[in-house]
Amino acid sequence: MRRLNSPGEVEKFRREILSARNPAEPCISVCAGTGCLASGAMEVLEAFKAELDRQGLKTRVDVKGSGCPGFCERGPVVVVFPEEICYLQVAAGDVPEIVARTIGEKKVVERLLYVDPATGGRAVRESDIPFYRNQTRNLLCSNVRIDSKKIEDYVAAGGYSALAKALSGMTPVQVLDEVRKSNLRGRGGAGFPTGEKWKGSRNAPDPVKYVIVNADEGDPGAFMDRALLEGNPHSVLEGLIIGAYCVGSREGYVYVRQEYPLAVENVNLAIRQAGECGFLGKDILGSGFDFEVKVHKGAGAFVCGESTALMTALEGRPGEPRPKYVRSNIKGLWNRPSVLNNVETWANVPLIINNGADWFAKIGTRTSTGTKIFSLVGKINNTGLVEVPMGIRLRDIIYGIGGGIPGGKKFKAVQTGGPSGGCIPGELLDLEVGFDELTKAGSMMGSGGMIVMDEDTCMVDVARYFIEFLTDESCGKCVPCREGLRQMHRILADITKGRGKEGDLEILEELSETAVEASLCALGKSAPNPFLSTLRHFRNEYEAHIREKRCPALSCKDLISYWVDPGKCRGCMSCLRKCPAGAIDGGKKKIHIISQEKCTRCGTCMDACPSKYGAVTKISGRPVPPPVPEENRAIAGKSSEE
Amino acid sequence: MQENRIDDVLAAFRGKQGSLIPILQKVQERLGFLSGESISFISKALRISESEIFGVASFYAQFRFTKPGEHCVKVCLGTACHVRGGALIMDAMERELGVPAGGTTPDFKFTLERVACFGSCALAPVIVTDKKVHGSMTPAKAKDILDQYRRRQG
Repeated sequence: MRRLNSPGEVEKFRREILSARNPAEPCISVCAGTGCLASGAMEVLEAFKAELDRQGLKTRVDVKGSGCPGFCERGPVVVVFPEEICYLQVAAGDVPEIVARTIGEKKVVERLLYVDPATGGRAVRESDIPFYRNQTRNLLCSNVRIDSKKIEDYVAAGGYSALAKALSGMTPVQVLDEVRKSNLRGRGGAGFPTGEKWKGSRNAPDPVKYVIVNADEGDPGAFMDRALLEGNPHSVLEGLIIGAYCVGSREGYVYVRQEYPLAVENVNLAIRQAGECGFLGKDILGSGFDFEVKVHKGAGAFVCGESTALMTALEGRPGEPRPKYVRSNIKGLWNRPSVLNNVETWANVPLIINNGADWFAKIGTRTSTGTKIFSLVGKINNTGLVEVPMGIRLRDIIYGIGGGIPGGKKFKAVQTGGPSGGCIPGELLDLEVGFDELTKAGSMMGSGGMIVMDEDTCMVDVARYFIEFLTDESCGKCVPCREGLRQMHRILADITKGRGKEGDLEILEELSETAVEASLCALGKSAPNPFLSTLRHFRNEYEAHIREKRCPALSCKDLISYWVDPGKCRGCMSCLRKCPAGAIDGGKKKIHIISQEKCTRCGTCMDACPSKYGAVTKISGRPVPPPVPEENRAIAGKSSEE
Repeated sequence: MQENRIDDVLAAFRGKQGSLIPILQKVQERLGFLSGESISFISKALRISESEIFGVASFYAQFRFTKPGEHCVKVCLGTACHVRGGALIMDAMERELGVPAGGTTPDFKFTLERVACFGSCALAPVIVTDKKVHGSMTPAKAKDILDQYRRRQG
C-alpha cells in the first residue's frame, strides 16, 4: 500500500485503481455479512473461487465478499456485475450453474431470482425488488459494491474524497458550519444535533480532546451499526477523521461490542490500511494534522451505550453513568472534551461534506433530515436492513418495503427505539417517522430497531420482556432504576403467570413515574416506556390477564393449554413422536390426548401436526374440554399415516 | 503455572491508561475464564486491588469466573428472537442439557448461555454454537444441532 502525501493524490489514486479495472468484466459479489455467513455465504464464496479456477476464469472474473446489502432474510445474497443480477438464497451447489449460465452465456438463472409474492413476477436486478426499490440507500448503497476488507474498493467508490476536500479547501470552522447547517441529528437514539455537540467540544479550552464512535449497539433487535461497521468500515472512519479535524482532536476510539467479532476484525483492518495510506497517523495527507484511532471491545453491558457510561468503561472501570451537570462534550473521557457519536452519524459526515449541507437537509423533514437505517425484523415478510428518508410513513416501511405480515396474520404493533422505546399500534400506522413524531406517539427513534408484532404477540409479555432486560442491565447505581424496575418486573411476571390482581396497574404506573422522574441516566428515565406505551394502547390485554386469567394472544405459557381437537385428529402420531415431555397418549388411527399434567407447553406438537389437519389448538381463559372416553378414540377411514 | 501463560499479555499493556478491560479480555481468551489465581496475578502487576478487578469483571457480561465447557451454546433472547419464540428454544436447550442458562454440564462438554442480541435478527430465532450462527431455529432443530456435536465426540 502506498502512502498518499497530499489531498490531490486521493483522486489520482482513485483513477489508478479504476484504470486497472475493466468495468465490462464481470464481478461476483457475495454478501459476507454475519447474516449471510450464518446461511452459508463462506461456502458459496469458496465454491465460486474453486469453480472459476476450474474453468480457467480466475483472472477474468473478480469475486469478492461484500458488506451486507440488507436483505438478510433471503441470504446468501449474490450480485453479478456489471448487469447487477441479484440471486437470493444461493447455495454452494448453485455455483456451477451460475458460472456456466450467467458468466459463460450471459443468461439469467431464473430459479434464483426474487419472486414477487403478489404478482409472481421475477426481479432480475436488486433495484427491481420492491424491498430495495422503495428505499433511499445513501449509506448502504456502497455495501454491495465494496469488499469490506479492501481500502481500494472504498477509494474506487469515491471514498476519502470528503476528507481530501475538507483538508484541502475547508477550515475546521467551515466543516462545523456545514455539519450544523445539515441539521444532522444523532442516530444513536436521542437525536441531539451533531453540529452543536461538535461546537461545544471545539470551543472548549482544553487542548486534549477525544472523538469516539459508539458501536456498542446494545438494543436487542437492532443491527444497523453492525452492518455498516462490518460492510463499510472506512465510511465510519472517514467521518471520524473529519470530525477530529473539525474539533481539534488527535486521538479517537471505536467502542465496539465484543458480540460483533467480524465488525471488530474489519474495523481493525480498516484502521491499519488507512494508516498505511496516510489517512490516519502523522501529517495526514500532508496537511500537518495528526490523528490516531484505537479499538476498544465492549465487554457486554447494555448501559455502556449511554455516553458517560461508555466513557467510564473506556477508562477501565465498571460502566456506570455519571450525572451530566457538565456535558461530556465539555468534560468526558478522562475529563477531557469528548465527542461521542453513533456509527451511523459518523458515516453520514462524508456524505454531507461531499454533497453539501443543502443536499442533505433536502432529504427528510424539516426537523429530521437525511435518511435513517432501520432493522426491520420480527413478524414481517422481508426482514433485513432498510434505509429510508425521514418522514416516510410507518405503513410504507411495513407494507411497501417489508411486504406485510406473514401467514395472513393481523398486524398488532411495531416496537421502535429498543428497550427504551415503545409499541405503536395499527391506528398510528400513518405516522411519519421522525425524532419528534415518534416521541409524541409514546415511543422514540432510538437507534433504529423496528420489531413488528402480529396478533400472536402478547403485549403484556413484551412489556415484561423489556423490563426484565432492563432490570438485568441496570447498573445499580441509583435506586429508582435498580429497585423500581425489579418490582415492576415482579408484578408484570405475576400478571403473565395468572397471578395478577386489581391494583397492579396502578402500582406499576406509580413505579414508572418515579423511575422517569428520579433516575440518574436515560436508561432508567426511559425504562418504563415499554410498559407505559403498551398500557396506553393495549390496556384490554392487561385487563384480560388480570381479570380473566386469559392471554388474548395465546402466548403466555402459564395461561394457555394445548389441546387436540378430537374432531380433527387423524391419529398420525406426528405429535406423539416429537413431544419431548412424553405427554401425548395415542396410537395409529387413535385420537391423541395431551396430558395437561405432563405438558410443558413447548408447542412442539402444534408445529408437528400436519397443517392439513391442524388438530392441535391453544386454549386460554377457559378449561380444557374433558378427554374423549377410551371406547370412542378409534378413528374410522383409511390410514392417515402420510 | 498460569502466570507464565499470561505475563506476556500484561507486558503488552504496561504503562497504558485504561488497559484493565483489554487485559481481562486477553486473559480470558487465553485461559477460557478468569481464575482467582490470574486475578491476583493481574492485581499485583497493575497495582489494583483484587476486589476492584473483581468489581470491574463482574460488571460485564463477557467475563466468567468458572471453567467453561468444551462447547458454548448461546441462545439469543433479543427482541426479534423473543417474538419469534426464542424462549421456547431456551427451554428446549435447558431440558436437553439438563442445566439452567449460565450452567455447564457436569462432563464439561457444554456451557449454556443466554445472550441479549447477536444482531442476526433477520434470522430469528438464533442460537450460536461456539462461533457458528444457526438461524430460523425451532426446538427440534436446536436439538438436532446438539446431537451433531454429541455424535462428533463419539
